[in-house]
Amino acid sequence: MDRRTALKTVGGAVAAAAASTLPFPAIAASKAPIKVGILHSLSGTMAISETALKDVDLMTIAEINAAGGVDGHMIEPVVVDPASNWPLFAEKARQLISQDKVAAIFGCWTSVSRKSVLPVLDELNGLLFYPVQFEGQEQNKHVVYTGAAPNQQAIPATEYLMSKDGGGAKRFFLLGTDYVYPRTTNAILRGFLHSKGVKDADIAEVYTPFGFSNYQNIVADIKKFASGGPTCVISTVNGDSNVPFYKELGNQGIKATDIPVVGFSIAEQEIAGMDIKPLVGQLTAWNYFESLKNPRNAKFVKSWQDYVKAKGLKDYPVTDDPMEASYIGIHLWKQAVEKAKSTKTDEVRKALIGQKFAAPDGYTVEVLENQYLSKPVFIGQINDKAQFDVVWKSKGLVPGESWSPYIPKPKNA
Amino acid sequence: MTPSRSLWHRPGAWLRLAFGLLLIGLLPQAHALTPQEALAISSGDTDARIAALHKAAAKPDPQLADFLHKLLDGDVQIDGTMVQVQQGDAWIDLATGKAVTPSDNAQGVVNNNYVRKELQSARAALDLFSPQRTQRLKAVQQLQDDPTSVDRGLVEQALKTEKDPEILQRLQLLHAAILLSSASAADRLAAAKELAASNYPAVRALLLSRLDKKDGAFVESSPLVRTQIEKSLAEIDGRLAWGERLGTLFSGISLGSILLLAALGLAVTYGLMGVINMAQGEFIMIGAYATYVMQSLFQHYLPGYVHYALIAAVPFSFVVAGSIGMLIERTIIRRLYGRPLETLLATWGISLVLIQAVRSLFGPQNVQVDNPPWMSGGFNIMANLILPYNRMVIIAFTVVVLLGMWLLISRTRLGLFVRAVTQNRPMASCVGVRIARVDMLAFGLGTGIAGLAGCALSQIGNVSPEMGTGYIVDCFMVVVLGGVGQLTGTVAAALGLGVANTLLEGVAGAVLAKIAVLVAIILFIQKRPQGMFALKGRSVES
Repeated sequence: MDRRTALKTVGGAVAAAAASTLPFPAIAASKAPIKVGILHSLSGTMAISETALKDVDLMTIAEINAAGGVDGHMIEPVVVDPASNWPLFAEKARQLISQDKVAAIFGCWTSVSRKSVLPVLDELNGLLFYPVQFEGQEQNKHVVYTGAAPNQQAIPATEYLMSKDGGGAKRFFLLGTDYVYPRTTNAILRGFLHSKGVKDADIAEVYTPFGFSNYQNIVADIKKFASGGPTCVISTVNGDSNVPFYKELGNQGIKATDIPVVGFSIAEQEIAGMDIKPLVGQLTAWNYFESLKNPRNAKFVKSWQDYVKAKGLKDYPVTDDPMEASYIGIHLWKQAVEKAKSTKTDEVRKALIGQKFAAPDGYTVEVLENQYLSKPVFIGQINDKAQFDVVWKSKGLVPGESWSPYIPKPKNA
Repeated sequence: MTPSRSLWHRPGAWLRLAFGLLLIGLLPQAHALTPQEALAISSGDTDARIAALHKAAAKPDPQLADFLHKLLDGDVQIDGTMVQVQQGDAWIDLATGKAVTPSDNAQGVVNNNYVRKELQSARAALDLFSPQRTQRLKAVQQLQDDPTSVDRGLVEQALKTEKDPEILQRLQLLHAAILLSSASAADRLAAAKELAASNYPAVRALLLSRLDKKDGAFVESSPLVRTQIEKSLAEIDGRLAWGERLGTLFSGISLGSILLLAALGLAVTYGLMGVINMAQGEFIMIGAYATYVMQSLFQHYLPGYVHYALIAAVPFSFVVAGSIGMLIERTIIRRLYGRPLETLLATWGISLVLIQAVRSLFGPQNVQVDNPPWMSGGFNIMANLILPYNRMVIIAFTVVVLLGMWLLISRTRLGLFVRAVTQNRPMASCVGVRIARVDMLAFGLGTGIAGLAGCALSQIGNVSPEMGTGYIVDCFMVVVLGGVGQLTGTVAAALGLGVANTLLEGVAGAVLAKIAVLVAIILFIQKRPQGMFALKGRSVES
């Protein structure tokens, strides 16, 4: 056990070293490697979610290198740990761009970490691939948003909950961690619900601090709120708070058939290892699930499982949506660099627009003009094997909207 | 032996016989589930599936009940048009009852929440005719949670046969809930009157929905029935409000017990010994990690008893945290007595060292400490009041630890020495108390109790290297507010803070509640620096 955890901590360094020193095909030796930065929290409250992204980044890079690299150049990952500390994200990003001279950064999970990196990207003309679903309302030319915008996750999920299949919810309990992503998403959802004729009296909005763990009162409040009519909970709780939240739901006997809970930050990685029985039927919405059946996904899942086994990394070798988005991001970047024949931010950016990639979700995703992706949307339901059964999917691809029509667009944007 | 004698000796056989006769008398039209029906229930679009389910479930059918259990457990798959159910590791063709090898096209049946709800109701409705009382009770309870999707005929049939008074009463309420949407106004009026006795939030929602307006007209057309519904609602609300109040009180006590458990150790090290121990939170963390280690040991060596790992972890976490505490007292803290500022800095440093040590040993990520099954779930007191077992266990544990500590301090020789050394060091030393040893043991006790707190907290929160830092502020808050050196004060302050925080959280939300409580404490300490309970006597002046 100790050896394995020890391995986990040095895994990044080992992989980085391996990528640069392993003997590769002869063409590789003649060309200089390209450095890329990996900026994910490996400790602190977000480590539960972000560590796997670092590992999947390294796996993808190793795969690309093994297949000959980017136009013959090996990719050399530089892994840093911003430790769930938002200002540290900016500092580490600065270090990656100005000291390590990376061509692109793959990283961030929380929107607050992305927002703190933005000024650095603007100043040093960096390029960030951001792999997580978020609140939208942003269009920075230095960021490629490979995760879902609200119209690719939050809005379809809410529509589903209001439908007959989703339980016909009339009251909405919006629960989130107190920072920019949940607050903005909930503002968008409130606008959306108003447009559907839902009154403010039927919407509750509750926030908790990061790392909060005493959900007893909140779950009691949810129950009280639910006695006023068919209710659903829309959770934008982020990080390790999800574990005590879902534990409390189970202990207080809330069943998905009475009060469905849809969580936007809860995927295969987070529910692995939870006591799953009381949570069966609870929902989430993503653009990818490990349980999707198609050959590309089978390959993706297999290579992750092999990678995890070879590195002795984790107790729960599952894939999830942000991991897939990370995988897509690196491949899109590779294609763009090959098209532009350059690693310069401006040229790569230009080459990125319109890039297509056959993703593990079974669809061919595309980078849009606003640097968002067009992706499929799935709504999944937790089953007793800690996986998700797809209960709804979009008809084809949904283009990511940078500005939601349900809240006013900021003036300076 | 005559047959009648053998029956006489086996009351179970009588019951079975009686039930068999009952079934035969009751259900002349009992039919078996056909494969076509099974296919229609498990495939196609949601509405068609539910229609098929209602059609099949209109009459009691034990085979259908079985099939619904399988469907809900995820043990059914469709292979072409063949319905297969899982039995152990094998797949059985429902039509023939023979084992088959599923083809690659076999798809597990996915039930969305709407279908699941209908399936559960149908299953519960069929379970109303189960020979076992517990199963019938469970079924009727579940149906009361969602009275809208039950078949009225089944409930009326069950009403005729049910003998158990508790189940009968529940069935009548359920029947009333169904009658609420009957065509006859007289039925609806009687139902609304009867439902005043219900405690279920679902019934409240149902009554409320009758008062809604649809296309300008009330859903409930008769004004007489509407007045009765309003009257019944007021009665239900009155009772549900009590459930809520009790729930809030319980949450408050539960939060208070957690605060108390976390602060008790500090009450010894800071309260009695006067050491400002900034590393107190890290001893909580060490206790939680000790619990994790014990759980891992059980998983490796005693996998059959893993549910009892928590019990073994209680003494283990105490010993581990206590020993580390004593070691630190011996090597560092004893050199700093009487120099509070340096103690503060040194223990701050110790806390950083401990965090990093654990991070290097176990990795920076959270570790997963499982709840044993006997601590999952809750005790259902009222329809809207469930007391989770883990909280109750922690409250009881806190009481036990508190009692143990009180006995130790007030009734044992060690406790006497600790008090003596606290009150007057030189004099205690003069009369022959080995103060160095007493200091070490007292510090070990304080940190050991923090370890116990960690063991308990691992059951409700996350276990990570930084978890202690989240508790240290709360601990100091409790001890300072209660009055330094006072166990009674610590208890009162912890419970007071717990209840106040819970009440405020209901009004202002978690973030504001925390701020408000902090501001209130600062104001209180300004007015009364010695805390709620002040130590009286000579030792205070010195």
